[in-house]
Amino acid sequence: MLAYIIRRILYAIPIAFGVSVVCFSLVYLAPGDPLQTILPADATAETIEIVKKEYGFDKPIPVQFALWVTRVVQGDFGVSISSRRPVIDEVMGSLSNTLVLTGFAIPFAFMIGFTMGAIAGCYPGRAIDRFVTGVAVMGVSLPNYWLGIVLVIVFAVEWMVLPATGMGPSGSASFSIFRLDDLRYLVLPVITLSMIPIGILSRTTRAAVAEIRGQDFIITLRAKGLSEFAIIRHVVKNAMPGVLAVMGLQFGYLMGGSILIETVFTWPGSGFLLSKSIINRDIPVLQGSILLLAMVFVATNLLVDLLQSAIDPRIRRA
Amino acid sequence: MDHPTLTHADDADPRDRGGTAQPLLIARDLRKHFQVKGGPATLFGAGRAAVRAVDGVSFTLFKGETLGIVGESGCGKSTLARLLLHLIVPDAGELIFDGDTVAAPDGITVRALRQQVQMVFQDSYSSLNPRMPVQDSVAFGPYVQGRSQAEARDIARDILVKVGLNPALFGPRYPHELSGGQKQRVNIARALAINPRMVILDEAVSALDKSIEAQVLNLLRQLKRSFNLTYVFISHDLNVVQYISDRVLVMYLGHVVELGPVDAIFDRPLHPYTTALLGSRPSMDPAHRIDEPPLTGDPPSPINPPSGCRFRTRCLHAEPICAATVPVLGAWLDRESHVAACHIQTPGSGHSQAAAQGSA
Amino acid sequence: MSLTSAAASNWEADALPATKVRSYWQSVGYRLRHDPVTLVFGAIVLAIILTAVFAPWIAPMDPYKDSVIGRLKPFGWRGHILGTDELGRDMLSRLIHGGRISLMMGLVPVLVATIVGGTLGIIAGFGGRAVNTAIMRTMDVFYAFPSVLLAVAISGAMGGGIANGMIALSLVFTPAICRVAETATAQVRNLDFIEAARASGAGTFTIIRHHVLGNVLGPVFIYSSSLVSVSILLASGLSFLGLGVKPPEPDWGLMLSTLRQSIYVNPLICAVPGIAIFITSICFNLVSDGIRAAMDVRM
Repeated sequence: MLAYIIRRILYAIPIAFGVSVVCFSLVYLAPGDPLQTILPADATAETIEIVKKEYGFDKPIPVQFALWVTRVVQGDFGVSISSRRPVIDEVMGSLSNTLVLTGFAIPFAFMIGFTMGAIAGCYPGRAIDRFVTGVAVMGVSLPNYWLGIVLVIVFAVEWMVLPATGMGPSGSASFSIFRLDDLRYLVLPVITLSMIPIGILSRTTRAAVAEIRGQDFIITLRAKGLSEFAIIRHVVKNAMPGVLAVMGLQFGYLMGGSILIETVFTWPGSGFLLSKSIINRDIPVLQGSILLLAMVFVATNLLVDLLQSAIDPRIRRA
Repeated sequence: MDHPTLTHADDADPRDRGGTAQPLLIARDLRKHFQVKGGPATLFGAGRAAVRAVDGVSFTLFKGETLGIVGESGCGKSTLARLLLHLIVPDAGELIFDGDTVAAPDGITVRALRQQVQMVFQDSYSSLNPRMPVQDSVAFGPYVQGRSQAEARDIARDILVKVGLNPALFGPRYPHELSGGQKQRVNIARALAINPRMVILDEAVSALDKSIEAQVLNLLRQLKRSFNLTYVFISHDLNVVQYISDRVLVMYLGHVVELGPVDAIFDRPLHPYTTALLGSRPSMDPAHRIDEPPLTGDPPSPINPPSGCRFRTRCLHAEPICAATVPVLGAWLDRESHVAACHIQTPGSGHSQAAAQGSA
Repeated sequence: MSLTSAAASNWEADALPATKVRSYWQSVGYRLRHDPVTLVFGAIVLAIILTAVFAPWIAPMDPYKDSVIGRLKPFGWRGHILGTDELGRDMLSRLIHGGRISLMMGLVPVLVATIVGGTLGIIAGFGGRAVNTAIMRTMDVFYAFPSVLLAVAISGAMGGGIANGMIALSLVFTPAICRVAETATAQVRNLDFIEAARASGAGTFTIIRHHVLGNVLGPVFIYSSSLVSVSILLASGLSFLGLGVKPPEPDWGLMLSTLRQSIYVNPLICAVPGIAIFITSICFNLVSDGIRAAMDVRM
């Protein structure tokens, strides 16, 4: 068991390294002189010289990479071109806002997706199964940001019961989940964000439940006289680990992929920050957000794998 | 119409180099070790664990004979089969095919070897490409050896007839549409399509029902006569080996333990392992029931075989000399000799039952 | 020849009843022909593609012609079947023309990723440990990014535009396809008939061409076809963020983005481009499901 944990963590290290290489090279993908992409247009010649020396733009690329990694590890992600604030502050601040969204969306998606999938799995081939499968297919075929727009049209424009954009009436700084007024701003983004996870989770649950129900040990339980309700408990217990794992992965995915929804709802999360940085050509923020979000994703995957191996002994042997 | 290049019993094979006196194949001291997971490969696993699948196997194969190779699972016979075709490259030892050393600069290339030696695989579900019609699988060999697609297909159809399958009916079929016996006949056809002189049959009838097995064995005998083939027949089934072989080689844990004519081996086995194997065959006669198994326990692991004679841990006649020295096989170059790698058979070895030094 | 007749007459009993033998591809075609759902949606997909290809001849009006007075007009206003957008241009024509770019940005990356990823996967599956590790671990690094993030990162850093967007999406899909190809190749590689092919004297390329490709292309194709709908969604997402074409070119994602400001004026119009994306994506999804059902048969 310990061997597996160590192996898995060790495996994550070259991945993290590769991810940082990719992020590092983003600056070089941008057209134009890398020096100019990270400095604001009105930087003085002095500043340019200082940055050039510090970042080592006159040195070979591997050296620049080493310098970059040293800075990043200390928390220095550079300075935002548009806001002049340190990138790390901007990104961490926005990350917590995204966490609020994801923190609500994932449990919501799990509850709905798991229930739908479990019911469908218990009656494979019947109408309810087809319905759930249809909803799941729609969930992954709809452009989720479009659904957001449609929801805004219906609830904010036409019926005017929910706010269209923003994080709370007084902005993100004073947002609190304990205030009903602020919570209203959560409703539409959370529903929209959970659309894809609902689709994926219900499909996964349905497959897991259907597969487990067909297994011999369930037939044995039934032959022993267990009530259908008790059998469902057994099935759910066996299906849980796999589905929870998928849920964990979805969490990581949402943290990294919330950019579209946050743009639609002007939710000041990390995705929105990323979107702004693209419009403003603010490469330091772009690079910093990507790096952090990717690392969150890698860390989440690692955690999910480790937790899953703790619960499911079959994984450990692989 | 007969196929133009398949030879028949009466014609002399133009590829024959040394006549009947020269053995078709000499295997000398073949060795193959597989590294156990992890670590860079070192030749003899110095310190690193290795599965010693084939550990010094020597034998001769004479033209026109059938050599049966028997042994339990894990004795290395399948690895040996693949070594003979260089599908697995030996770590040490040499193969001499009709006088030419295989893969040596002045000898015969592996590619040329594979034009004269072919293999029939066990009928696992994967021995034929599931996405290819059977006649394409058979035609693939000749095609690769240089024939045009049309020629190859003609050869394939011709060969299918010779193994007893109607090519018009069976040619376009897919493997999953054939029975086990039919698939095995396709496997045989595939091997023969290239017109080899020697065929290695690796558990070729093991997966078949008994009645089908009998049919396929008879087919093999007919084909051998018609095409002047030499067989190496690998099996764990002693009765089958007895039926089809001229000489028999017994393997245990990577070593050859006994070699000789089939009647000699089955009537007068020399090695304790052979005796035990033969004794473990159930008899049809109720008067000859076996109360105790002659062979107990599992074979030791090929990663860490016992020192000296590898059979000593299960042998009733084991003595200290058996742990100290590896027994030698003896004269294996000769057609009639019946030899065993056992200290009891070696005069002067130090075993209490061995003859004294110098006696016959 | 005596052997021929003897052998043939011995096994008369083996003759199977005369059934029609179908090849694999014929059976795939048969199953598809009898699958009404897939056929219907396949026809819709075909219609969408053809509409996009022949856009200049099908679109009723000029997609670039704007009008100051005719902005955000409802359905049917002065011959504009689907109304007008925020600059007074005909929605229907812009939708039809937009389909060209949206479809292209959706289909081309999948095609490129299939070729590149498939080749890499087969090489990784057939090459030695070193080659396999090098290729697959590199793919793992790209796999470590959520797809949206990677697509945005690459195309954002490169400055947007259709070409960069397609490059970014190709990079997003290549690792997944590479994995599918590598798994399929690794499975096939150890099967007995590959060994038999080697025993026949075939070289590696011949074996790949005749024996491996047929068994690998199937899973790869099935997987790639399921990626098309995802690609269309991602591509339109990129355009929505401004990373696709630049205005005034019509593109469904871009149209959604520019129309968003006008939802208080004419909400219905603003939802229309999204419907196009949705219909296209779901049709491709259902068709690919049907293809998978037809092709993925246990033999």
